[in-house]
Amino acid sequence: MDFQLTEDQQALQSGVRSFCDGRIPVEQLPEIVEQGGFDRDLWREVAEMGVFALRVPEDDGGVGLGAADAVLVFAELGRRLVPGPTIWTHLAAGRIEGADTGDVVVGGLDLIGEQRDVILVEYLDSLDTLMVLREDGVYQIDPRTLKAEPVAVPLDPLTPLHHVAELPLGDRIGDAADATRIWFDGGAIAAAQLLGIAESTLELATQYALTREQFGRIIGGFQAVKHILADMFVRQEVARAAVYAAGATIDDPVVGDVARAVSSAKLVAGDAAMKNSRACIQVHGGMGYTWEVPAHYFLKRTWVLESVFGTGEEHEMRIADLVSVGR
Amino acid sequence: MDLRYSEQDEIFRAELGAWLDEAVPAHGKPPSKADWPARRAYDTGWQRKLFDAGYAGINWPKEFGGRDASLTEQLVYYEEIARAGAPYIGVNFVGMLHGGPTLIAEGTPEQKANHVPFILRGEQVWCQGFSEPGAGSDLAALSTRAVRDGDDYVVNGHKIWCSFAQAADYGELLVRTNPDEKHAGISWLILPMDAPGLDIRPLPTLVGEGEFSEVFLEDVRVPVANRVGEENDGWRVTNVTLRFERGTAFASEMYQLREFLAELVGVAKRVTRHDATAWDDAALRREVGHISAELDALWAMVKLSVCQSTQTGVPGLGGSAIKLFYSELYQRISELAVRVLGRAGLSREDVAGLPSEHFLARAMQSLSLSIAAGTSQIQRNIVSERILGMPKEKR
Ligand SMILES: Cc1cc2nc3c(=O)[nH]c(=O)nc-3n(C[C@H](O)[C@H](O)[C@H](O)COP(=O)(O)OP(=O)(O)OC[C@H]3O[C@@H](n4cnc5c(N)ncnc54)[C@H](O)[C@@H]3O)c2cc1C
Repeated sequence: MDFQLTEDQQALQSGVRSFCDGRIPVEQLPEIVEQGGFDRDLWREVAEMGVFALRVPEDDGGVGLGAADAVLVFAELGRRLVPGPTIWTHLAAGRIEGADTGDVVVGGLDLIGEQRDVILVEYLDSLDTLMVLREDGVYQIDPRTLKAEPVAVPLDPLTPLHHVAELPLGDRIGDAADATRIWFDGGAIAAAQLLGIAESTLELATQYALTREQFGRIIGGFQAVKHILADMFVRQEVARAAVYAAGATIDDPVVGDVARAVSSAKLVAGDAAMKNSRACIQVHGGMGYTWEVPAHYFLKRTWVLESVFGTGEEHEMRIADLVSVGR
Repeated sequence: MDLRYSEQDEIFRAELGAWLDEAVPAHGKPPSKADWPARRAYDTGWQRKLFDAGYAGINWPKEFGGRDASLTEQLVYYEEIARAGAPYIGVNFVGMLHGGPTLIAEGTPEQKANHVPFILRGEQVWCQGFSEPGAGSDLAALSTRAVRDGDDYVVNGHKIWCSFAQAADYGELLVRTNPDEKHAGISWLILPMDAPGLDIRPLPTLVGEGEFSEVFLEDVRVPVANRVGEENDGWRVTNVTLRFERGTAFASEMYQLREFLAELVGVAKRVTRHDATAWDDAALRREVGHISAELDALWAMVKLSVCQSTQTGVPGLGGSAIKLFYSELYQRISELAVRVLGRAGLSREDVAGLPSEHFLARAMQSLSLSIAAGTSQIQRNIVSERILGMPKEKR
């Protein structure tokens, strides 16, 4: 066992991080919002980094890496709120042609998670195809055939939505076991993005606490603020451990129970992102409540990610069921 | 990023597990907490068995009789100790986790020879005399005075919260050797607990049991040869020790919380609320699910931290984050356990076939976790200052 990042993993992580920092600095988020959340050029660059082909075997033209690598990459994308259906296109790679190169933009719907009565499709206008996870299998739907109403004002300005009143069944492209596997992969990847949010909100709050002055001193000198930050750090590290463990368990299921590891990661990382986003706003004071300071984007994206691949409450129940039978 | 134990680790696990499965039941049940001689005999007897079987000092260097196990073997060790329900380290805690490691790192050859092998075999019990009524979180404010007189220091002062003082042969004693300096005026002494002038007065805890004591020192003579490190360099020596405390000292206890949660679930399935079991309550199941996720995350955090310390050789600052999270999580589990007991939790002894004694003992003991070895507030100071770079509090 060596639960640290390998040198390759560190390089992968810092590569994606410097791309994100350079290409979409936090200050630029409002501009991306203006463009409607999805930016083709950015999408292509993300694809060129191998984000979608990451886990496709090398023989099939992919990068040939595993879930442990994927969680590192997606934590970085989460840190900078990279817009677009990155998770779904990554999950579809190797299954839907063109997804691995990003040429085909794949969106998705999770109908395995507990809520199935309100169907909202993300980024519909930018999608080439839609992958639907149901308990009995994986389905593919042509988004152009959907009768869909745009949601006038989506909660997350970076995640445009359409409401679909009636969803056709679509073409079956995978069985129940495939659907489950993709769902757990998606849970780990969404958890990784939530970890990224927990990290960047701590980073923003830390920077602000070191610069904003009141009562003649930086607010980071007030213990009430320091302790908020310390708790954010703890949550970030708890989430990191759980997310890395989920990635490593998917890659090598001998070391644990994938269902349990992913549920734990999604739950714990969701918690960390939610609480850290709120704390980030609090540390910014009135500025935190403005549209201008990007803190709110992180909370809003957290709400989006919390709603897919199992909410915290759903995972609580799933884990309780596993614990109940001694798994 | 690999979580699979090596074949060698698994062989180690199998051997250790087989040994524990025989040795643990054979060692019998722990004696009453009030009976210090019996507690000492029980805990040191177990330490001796560990020693004879080659498992004592799992992380100690070989040259001092330790096993010097690889970090992953240490993780296996903590998991197996927890799984087998092996005796708690008990009165050996200070010797094995503070005194011994400090002497190994800082002691003279003679000090090492006089103490280290004995601690390892369970023949010497140590306690820690750091805190004072006026120096708790602000430990460096301690005022117990040591004045040189020939080859001795003459020590006067008042220590408090000394765990295991009643069972101990030696104490790690922090004294002030220079009253004009704060951190730079402290020395670290080996205190024989039978020295004339020592008065040990037990201080009952809220559990109602003896755990720690006050120690009064009146003209106690401690040979200068018992000083570890240079005069007035005791603060640095102390920090060598405290770092160990915040590392993996509680790893087995952390892992063991899973068993506690399983036990709690078992009870929830038996007790009733109206005409259903407590386990039928979805809110309770969710809480259990949440705690279980956090326990798994805690153990993953320990693994991550242990693997990272291969590079640095000592537990890092991440130990503060682990301690903060563990203390709070343990308190939440035991709070839930008491709720599951319901009215049965009003009895300190088992009642109606429910494990009141065990659950309540844990619920009460867990309160000390956010106080002892650096309160949670102090840990938050450490994290925000040393990791996040916030301005430092007054020292
Ligand atoms: C079960 C148990 C066993 C122990 N065993 C030993 C032992 O064997 N040997 C030994 O030497 N000591 C031992 N201790 C003592 C322990 O280390 C101290 O209790 C601890 O360091 C806190 O000191 P204090 O009790 O004086 O509390 P105080 O320092 O008086 O703290 C009181 C409150 O003020 C807060 N506070 C203090 N300073 C700050 C600050 N700068 N910022 C924010 N908040 C602050 C604290 O968090 C706490 O909530 C033990 C304690 C317990 C509970």
